[in-house]
Amino acid sequence: MVLFGQFLEILIGGLLSGVLYSLVALGFVLIFKASGVFNFAQGAMVLLAGLALVRCLDFLVHRGVATWAAIVLGLLFAGAIMAITAWLIERYVLGPLVNQDGLTLFMSTIGATFILEGAAQMIFGSDVYPLRLFPTDAWFLFEGVFPGGILVNKLDVWGGLIAGILVAGLAIFFQNTKTGRALRAVADDHAAAQSVGIPISWIWFVVWLVAGLVALVAATVWGTKLGVQFSITFLALKALPVLIIGGFTSVPGAIVGGLIVGAGEKLAEVFLGPHIGGGIEYWFAYVLALAVLLVRPQGLFGERIIERV
Amino acid sequence: MKADVEPKPVANKAPEAGEVLLSAENVSLSFGGVRALRDVSFDIRKGEIRAIIGPNGAGKTSMLNVINGFYHPQNGTITFKGKRRHDMRPYIAASQGIARTFQNVALFKGMSTLDNIMTGRTLKMRQGMLSQAIYWGFSQREEIRHREEVERIIDFLEIAHIRKMPVGKLPYGLQKRVELGRALAMEPELLLLDEPMAGMNLEEKQDMSRFILTVKDSFDTTIALIEHDMGVVMDLSDRVVVLDYGQKIADGTPAEVQSNQKVIDAYLGVAH
Repeated sequence: MVLFGQFLEILIGGLLSGVLYSLVALGFVLIFKASGVFNFAQGAMVLLAGLALVRCLDFLVHRGVATWAAIVLGLLFAGAIMAITAWLIERYVLGPLVNQDGLTLFMSTIGATFILEGAAQMIFGSDVYPLRLFPTDAWFLFEGVFPGGILVNKLDVWGGLIAGILVAGLAIFFQNTKTGRALRAVADDHAAAQSVGIPISWIWFVVWLVAGLVALVAATVWGTKLGVQFSITFLALKALPVLIIGGFTSVPGAIVGGLIVGAGEKLAEVFLGPHIGGGIEYWFAYVLALAVLLVRPQGLFGERIIERV
Repeated sequence: MKADVEPKPVANKAPEAGEVLLSAENVSLSFGGVRALRDVSFDIRKGEIRAIIGPNGAGKTSMLNVINGFYHPQNGTITFKGKRRHDMRPYIAASQGIARTFQNVALFKGMSTLDNIMTGRTLKMRQGMLSQAIYWGFSQREEIRHREEVERIIDFLEIAHIRKMPVGKLPYGLQKRVELGRALAMEPELLLLDEPMAGMNLEEKQDMSRFILTVKDSFDTTIALIEHDMGVVMDLSDRVVVLDYGQKIADGTPAEVQSNQKVIDAYLGVAH
């Protein structure tokens, strides 16, 4: 019973922290789905959004603005910053590269990463800024059933809730609206999309805006967890195995991939770790991703790549 | 033949049948040293099927690309519905009522037949981003209304059985049909078809010819068409323009063009 309680606690904790990986992975999937670009800058965008939010909050609270008003204004400010970023990226990075190869676009996002990271820290500062948007204490569930109960982190639950709402909203937006369809159309074929009257520059702006807003959401949760700091950009690396497992083109895939990585690495660490020397939490996800690549290169939910010969 | 009819300068009046819908004057286009089009002039009249033919590399597709804004000619002008136009982007051409299909089918492969054709309605849908983000209410009603239009097109093209299938998996002939459907969903005034029958068998060609004729008659659409199958061209088109090495070498009814010595030379080669 103790073991089962421990298993359950680790599983729940792992699944919930996996959802947080999914939040970051979502930003990648959105841009990849809509423009065929693997956006290396997603991690930098999380940093930028987090810094803009936390610095604006601090400023307003310092001036004596009520906390709730400061939060609303801070989110609006960070959202505006992401909109400006989206516009700049479309205008000066991707705009001139319409109809270019995917790899070229990918390289340009690497450049954008360095500029975003540098600019964000130059403008908003480069310390560790604590962010307190969500409760960080924990619940103890089923104390009657298991000795000590099961520890569930409130922040993780919030993260899960937010990710769920975000995914449901995005799924409807992508599947059932004109703009959602236009986004998918642009990803498939630039020329054909232009010929039916879809302005590509507008669509790319929308894509980067949505990815920026997803980055902002990820920043609120991760910022509360780790504090807003430069190392938040490395989340992008953690999102990579999530993407490979779930599939680069699937929103549900990003969620399921995150759950698998989150639960998998925690369970492996606790139950497998002691037998092979421990510390496997850090590389387990990548090995899992490698295994998926061997068996199902498009990921669990990715679109099958059909090559006509 | 009265090819040199001047376009009416009245911008807001829709052209009547027989009036000039689009005219190209002295259009020249080159890529570096390659001169794809040299001084090409012709017009397309409201309600006709205008064929553009010529040997490979004659500049036919370049001409379509100029008309719908993918290429910007170095010289010459395009006048559409009485308005002379300057460098324009393809989506503006689309918003003015020019739709097209592509030589090597350009569909959105990951999307279903239905979604592909729905993208053709993009410009007809008016709800803004915010309303779409909220989705319920106006945006949903608009979706349903346009869905009805699209279902009518699907019935007309006899592709109801594949409406939910991803188009990447469809056979070539059906893909061409879906592409025509997407163009029709735009309710275009001018429809540009780039080799609509390439790679089709006889039966598929007959179906496609039937669709094209119906589109002309009952959708009130003017059609410009590039095609290599001379039988099809002669049967379908009202007037034919012939290009060779980027130059216009003949223009007239199918019968006139067929008996034109220059055209025969271009197709069969001349003895030197």
